[in-house]
Amino acid sequence: MNGMENNWKTIPAFHPEFDIERCDYKNGCSICSKECSFGEISMHPVKDDDGEVRYRPRANLTACNSCQRCVKMCPEGAIHIEFQPMHTSHGYWTSDYASNIWRQAGDEGGVLLVGNGATGPQKRYFDHIMFDACQVTNPSIDPLREPMEIRRYLGRKPAQYGEEIGPQLKLDVPIMFGAMSFGAVNKRVQEAEARATKDVGTYWNTGEGGFFKDLRIYGENTIVQVASGRFGVSEDYLKSAAAVEIKIGQGAKPGIGGHLPGEKVLKAISETRMIPEGSDALSPAPHHDIYSIEDLRQLIYAIKEAMEYKVPVSVKIAAVHNVAPIVSGVARAGADIIAIDGFRGGTGATPLQIRQSTGIPIELAISAADTRLREEGIRDTVSLVASGGIMCSSDVLKAICLGADAVYIGTPVLVALGCGLCQRCFSGKCAYGITTNKPGLAERIDVEQATQALKNLLHAWGEEMKELMGSMGISAIEALRSNRDRLRGVGLNEEELRILEIKHAGA
Amino acid sequence: MCGIVGIINTDGHRIDGSHIQEAIRIQRDRGNGLGGGFAVYGAYPENRDKYAFHIMYEGDRHNPAVSAVEDYLQSRANVYQSEQIPVYPNDRIPRGPYFKRYFLKPIEEFLSPQQTEEDYIVEIVMHINSMQDAFVVSSGKDVGVFKGMGYPEDIADYFRIEDYQGYMWVAHNRFPTNTPGWWGGAHPFTILDKTVVHNGEITSYGTNVRWLEMNGYQCLLQTDTEVISYIYDKLTRRDGLSKRDACYVMAPALWEEIDRRGDEKDRYLRQIYGTAIVNGPFGIVLTHRDGAIVLNDRNKLRPVVCAQVGNTYYASSEECSIRFLSPEVDRIWSPRGGEPVMIDMLEGYKEAV
Repeated sequence: MNGMENNWKTIPAFHPEFDIERCDYKNGCSICSKECSFGEISMHPVKDDDGEVRYRPRANLTACNSCQRCVKMCPEGAIHIEFQPMHTSHGYWTSDYASNIWRQAGDEGGVLLVGNGATGPQKRYFDHIMFDACQVTNPSIDPLREPMEIRRYLGRKPAQYGEEIGPQLKLDVPIMFGAMSFGAVNKRVQEAEARATKDVGTYWNTGEGGFFKDLRIYGENTIVQVASGRFGVSEDYLKSAAAVEIKIGQGAKPGIGGHLPGEKVLKAISETRMIPEGSDALSPAPHHDIYSIEDLRQLIYAIKEAMEYKVPVSVKIAAVHNVAPIVSGVARAGADIIAIDGFRGGTGATPLQIRQSTGIPIELAISAADTRLREEGIRDTVSLVASGGIMCSSDVLKAICLGADAVYIGTPVLVALGCGLCQRCFSGKCAYGITTNKPGLAERIDVEQATQALKNLLHAWGEEMKELMGSMGISAIEALRSNRDRLRGVGLNEEELRILEIKHAGA
Repeated sequence: MCGIVGIINTDGHRIDGSHIQEAIRIQRDRGNGLGGGFAVYGAYPENRDKYAFHIMYEGDRHNPAVSAVEDYLQSRANVYQSEQIPVYPNDRIPRGPYFKRYFLKPIEEFLSPQQTEEDYIVEIVMHINSMQDAFVVSSGKDVGVFKGMGYPEDIADYFRIEDYQGYMWVAHNRFPTNTPGWWGGAHPFTILDKTVVHNGEITSYGTNVRWLEMNGYQCLLQTDTEVISYIYDKLTRRDGLSKRDACYVMAPALWEEIDRRGDEKDRYLRQIYGTAIVNGPFGIVLTHRDGAIVLNDRNKLRPVVCAQVGNTYYASSEECSIRFLSPEVDRIWSPRGGEPVMIDMLEGYKEAV
């Protein structure tokens, strides 16, 4: 770039520091440099005090994302990650904004890509909502002594008693694994998801990358997606699953499509997505056969016809400003389940500006949608699934109290498998082997261990939810659906309380 | 904590209110003087074909609400009789709101297509309850409710319930914990001929209330009891569920048990009426013109005892009230959590009344 020095733009905010006293390099250890998939650590020859030349680890100061893989894998505990942002003395211009511009002005140019969900400072409403607990006037219930029920059924319920009930998904834990496609994650991750959900009694979602043939034995616990790219969609694909989800939008990137670069489209991916090897997999921003709500209705019923009305059809939308009327329209268009994805929702790749600035928080969105459906008297005709920013079991219960029937979690699944939240999912270099299909990296996921980790996660959250319910005097989770009375707000203004339909603490 | 007593003569034999007054008196320490009340079935045999409205007005008879409500009633119904409900202020309850009762029938031409007479009456009740300073205490045929602020035995004196005769009586002694005590907030709570007295605190309130509101009910009193009676009304009258199924919806079997039994109807009921489940501790006596239902929460977190003496059945929070009314009983038992006790009036009792 015209003689401009580019070195200053590439100094990373993170780098590993090595405690050379602890480091086992003398015995030839080089685990850290092998584990670092980003090429940040290399082994360099250094003459030791005894005159021998040995290879020591060194930070290259080029590519560290603080994924912490080296830290976790170092047998000696000799590594930590230094955070060294490029401080500006300017109170308004933080280093984030400045370094983004340096990157764009430099070689990188173009649209900045990131993985994971939004990182901005917007209020996390879950943290401003507190549960009630029983004291004196009613007894709390001890989940160790009394049965606690957290099973939910998702799907259309008849408006009138006596009418037939639509096909239902049975969730023994009201938590499903959200859509993460083959391509975004690898087959091992999907297999772990499939096995864990089968054992625990819930569902996982293929995303829009097709449904790997070998995994179709887990079809009873699988939701398949029909997204704008239609990748992998065939009659067999639809019929292999327990439910079909039409993906309109995603919280991390509302209103835009997706792009799996050709380099990532290896043989298995090309087969599953039904596209030529090495070709870019582009998901358009809109479905090119859905330009209005009536088009969506036609697709919903086309799928229902194809499936002979035997499985529920879900529609996933991003939480945007008009979420309530949109949800109402989607319910009336025939969806059995509507998944609403808040702006904190994760992704493998999204433009930074979209991730940080588009969409609304799931807490407000789910509340507004539930309220609207009740006002219109059609709440029971559809199940609502909340997602995007759920980080713990109390978030799940709060989402249910705000009107959700169940939740999707995505990032917690990745974190359970080791994810260090470095936000480089799109690079194909995931050091934990989660968001990569590269040989040598993908094998870092051990399917057995990963399955157990996900089962542990679901079990632990389920038990925590039972404890919370017991303290509230609730023994069946359906008694919490839209139960805003069990919640109080702390530090929320009147408008926020009105939208969440909760009282302020003390009231 | 609250106290409940119910007496049902299934043969239709009518007794005066003094019995139940004494039976609830000995449960005095289950209340705190912030609410007491009685419901009597068979109170108005001469007007049995008309809806008996007991309406409470804040203040006195000069409150403009009285004429506002009466104008509204005249416009919606044929009012055959209206009178002040006699009250007898005493040391313990020196004053109270103004009570009137009306016997009325809907103006049939005003019923919209598919609307039943009872739907129409419920609409009238909901409308009056949303009006300023007026509140419908009871609205069923041949049923009267007397309630207010005070211990129930004092409320009984205030209304002189010994002057009323009925084949079924329920009494309630209130110890309010959630909502402030006021005359309208006392139990029993009724809609049409369905009356609920309740001991407990419903943790599912927020869920239930939203489901009811979606279905056209207005829950203005913010009491658990109101919610239970509306749920029962919605399930039995609107949706046509049997009494057993309505109870089942409110206190369903565990999923595990449904799976084991493979009972698809029970699964269906729980699936479609999930948000009508009643959670939290409760013991309720739900009465309707043809009988009564006693129901406990699934975990049996509140006491209810039932007993039978010939054609007479009793339900009570404490056995002492039953033993007081009848030291010898044919049968006495404590119903299991979630399992309703259903007491039906004998065939032909109406003729016997």
